[in-house]
Amino acid sequence: MTDDPTSVVTVSLTIDGQAVEVPEGTSIHQACESAGIDTPTLCWAENLTPVNVCRVCVVEVEGQRALVPSCARPAEEGMVVETDSERVKHSRKMVLEFLGSGVDLDQAPELQKWMDHYGSDTSRYDQYELPALRMGEAPKIQDNLYIRDYDRCVLCYKCVEACGDDAQHTYAIAVSGRGFDARISTEFDVTLPDSACVYCGNCIGVCPTGAIQFKTEYDLRQADDWRPEDQDVTRTVCSYCGVGCNLELHTQDDKIVKVTSPADHSVTSGMLCIKGRFGWQYVQPVDTPTRKA
Amino acid sequence: MADLYISEETADDIETAAVDAALDGRFVVVRESERLIRAGTSARHGHRHLLLPALHALQNAKGWISPGGLNYVCETLQVPPAEAYGVATFYDLFRVEEPAQAGDVTHVCVDAACQIAGAAERIAELKAQGVNVHESPCLGQCERANHVTGEVAVFVQGVGGPDSVAADDTPYELFHQKGDESLRLLKRIGVVDPTSLYSYRAHGGYESLTAAIEMGPEAVCTAVADSGLSGRGGAAFPTGIKWRAVAAEQGRPKHVVANCDESEPGTFKDRVVMENDPFAVIEALTVAGFATGAENGWIYIRGEYPLATARLQNAIDQALEAGLLGDDAAGSGHRFHIEIRRGAGAYICGEETALFASLEGFRGEPRSKPPFPTTHGLFQEPTAINNPETLLNVLDIVQIGADGYRSRGTERSPGTKLLCLSGRVAKPGVYEVEFGTTLGEVLELAGGLTGSGELNAVLMGGAAGSFVDRSYLDMPITLEDARERGTTLGSGVVMAFTDEIDLVDVLVRISQFFRDESCGQCVPCRVGCVRQNETMVVLQEKGSLTSERRQLVDDIAQVMVDASICGFGHTATNAINSAIKLGLVPGVPS
Repeated sequence: MTDDPTSVVTVSLTIDGQAVEVPEGTSIHQACESAGIDTPTLCWAENLTPVNVCRVCVVEVEGQRALVPSCARPAEEGMVVETDSERVKHSRKMVLEFLGSGVDLDQAPELQKWMDHYGSDTSRYDQYELPALRMGEAPKIQDNLYIRDYDRCVLCYKCVEACGDDAQHTYAIAVSGRGFDARISTEFDVTLPDSACVYCGNCIGVCPTGAIQFKTEYDLRQADDWRPEDQDVTRTVCSYCGVGCNLELHTQDDKIVKVTSPADHSVTSGMLCIKGRFGWQYVQPVDTPTRKA
Repeated sequence: MADLYISEETADDIETAAVDAALDGRFVVVRESERLIRAGTSARHGHRHLLLPALHALQNAKGWISPGGLNYVCETLQVPPAEAYGVATFYDLFRVEEPAQAGDVTHVCVDAACQIAGAAERIAELKAQGVNVHESPCLGQCERANHVTGEVAVFVQGVGGPDSVAADDTPYELFHQKGDESLRLLKRIGVVDPTSLYSYRAHGGYESLTAAIEMGPEAVCTAVADSGLSGRGGAAFPTGIKWRAVAAEQGRPKHVVANCDESEPGTFKDRVVMENDPFAVIEALTVAGFATGAENGWIYIRGEYPLATARLQNAIDQALEAGLLGDDAAGSGHRFHIEIRRGAGAYICGEETALFASLEGFRGEPRSKPPFPTTHGLFQEPTAINNPETLLNVLDIVQIGADGYRSRGTERSPGTKLLCLSGRVAKPGVYEVEFGTTLGEVLELAGGLTGSGELNAVLMGGAAGSFVDRSYLDMPITLEDARERGTTLGSGVVMAFTDEIDLVDVLVRISQFFRDESCGQCVPCRVGCVRQNETMVVLQEKGSLTSERRQLVDDIAQVMVDASICGFGHTATNAINSAIKLGLVPGVPS
């Protein structure tokens, strides 16, 4: 211990045979990143509290019977971590395979990349009933701002966190039901205009699979005209109030198609309000959004 | 500060009265307008733990939780409706749609012990009579299952009236060791009047608490540690270590919790104790509170145990009146109160961190460990959580000392164990046996096998346990022998299956149980349980598994054991894999 208040207490650990030193409180996942080891994540995000439910980031820690979620477990002095052992590879492969076999991951290229990496084979479930259980649920389109397509939902809890304690404190949605029947829902599955939703769109910002997306994006995808490679992203400051939220305007053919905010931005942490997220229609008028009285 | 947005539906007088009665005026609501209620995070958490009692009240009043009723609860407790709905839909005993058939709901058990006693036939009969039947996971009355008479476990969920079980009005006849002098934990069962503190004291009740107070908290913790007592809920964690850790925590409110959410299929020992010797549970929990310095005692009991709940509440009331609980419990100078909370039909809530979440008014989803309950338990405060059977052992330890306690059992498994004998045994019931008794002797104690056919398999430790075959009859019932031979004692289930029973049917049901009961939080368990169940259904239909499907069984088990959050996922594949490995499943290579 030193008396210097600015000194940082560090812990030393071994990751895949490599000695790593990180500040105390750093997660194993961050420690892996600092060691240049890429770890798949799904329910983790830098601007949300880890819920460690997806289990795709698990690593093997010497002395621990089960694998541990690297996103939530702090690195400890002397820890010996394996990120590429047979057990880790098997768990990551199976978790992705489980998800891929029951959920539409077409719009989650990052996950597909990892599925290829770990050799996840969703075809072996085709003979079973599961895909039919989840697929074919019509997207919920209840307004002109955003849609919810729960066939794409992997139940990562991110939208619930963003709507609740981690950002918006609106609590319009929660996980309902149990087990495989669990899903994200408003109370009694009422429509969004009838719910507590304030249309901040922070759930869209954190959704990793396109289960919640801008209506503009959805319409373009339906028309087979969604072209990320042709889109520009322009960073600007929201003009509605004096807070100074940074916006990223995604434009395609010179039209705004969606708005995000950088997760590492000091003002927003990636979160916006309805004005920043959706209040750009005056630039290019579309149908007026409606909300029931 | 957030504002709750509540829809326009309102509660009727019946719902309002039921919720008010359940909540007993323990809160204040500031109304800002008709629809916006002053809230905020602190208010949200402040009364949140009353959500489960309030939902029970609504369910009981109308037979379902209506939008208006839910709104009333949400306004009163400052809980967002979406979250309250998420909680309500988590539990089997709550309905969020108006039921097609009004009135009481008859829950009939379809898990292993009742399944092989003829649950399917019983359900068909009841349905033909127009009874509102709900197929239920294990109801913890496995000793009632009888394949000759066709009796199976039933729990009636009341609407507008109380819930009930078969034992409500009849003395308990299914205890076969009554009066046995060697009993330690069950010595009062069938002997004491479970409704009378006077009778309990006449049979040695509250002598342990008196002894504990004389010893002092530290000496009690030491005795418990020296006795070698380990948790009887299934995980066998040393109780002394747990208690000392909580005792060492200072400066925050502390809790002791009796985990009475006995839901492991095949387990009913705690129910028998709570129904027939409830004061012992209250006394033991008081000793735990005294030893750990916790002022708050909680009993979380499964919703399907109405008689045990009533008996425990009666015991608390009488103990409070007699000064054995309260601000100066039994003259110890230690403040200790006990509150009962009922679960609502969710096996996962027996997992300790899920139990905390459920009690706090959240979905019963397990939390990651570490941090452990001894530092971050109920309300994130230091908590010792024990099974009733574990607690009963403490009464004994305090009186006869660690050495006296160790005179029974083996070096590594001291004391006695409660076993739940069911299936094809002549006298099913709960039995107290000394650790070291062999499995064969235990089956003999329960009258040996019944019906025709030879012993084929025994399910040890419940659905989360494992199957063993005849070669295990010489296995001493101890933690070390079970571990060495690759099985478990778990919660004390010993369920016998003869070769006239199709084990594949049982495996299908076990896999269905896990599919229904998974909380759904983590991917390996949420999807793995479904995949496992599908594989078993395919096996049942086709009579065998292809090598690809056989591989899938192993792959599913591996990821669930390695990557699930809690013990549920870690053990959900045990029974099926043990049966396959022992060659008990025709058509599947071991």
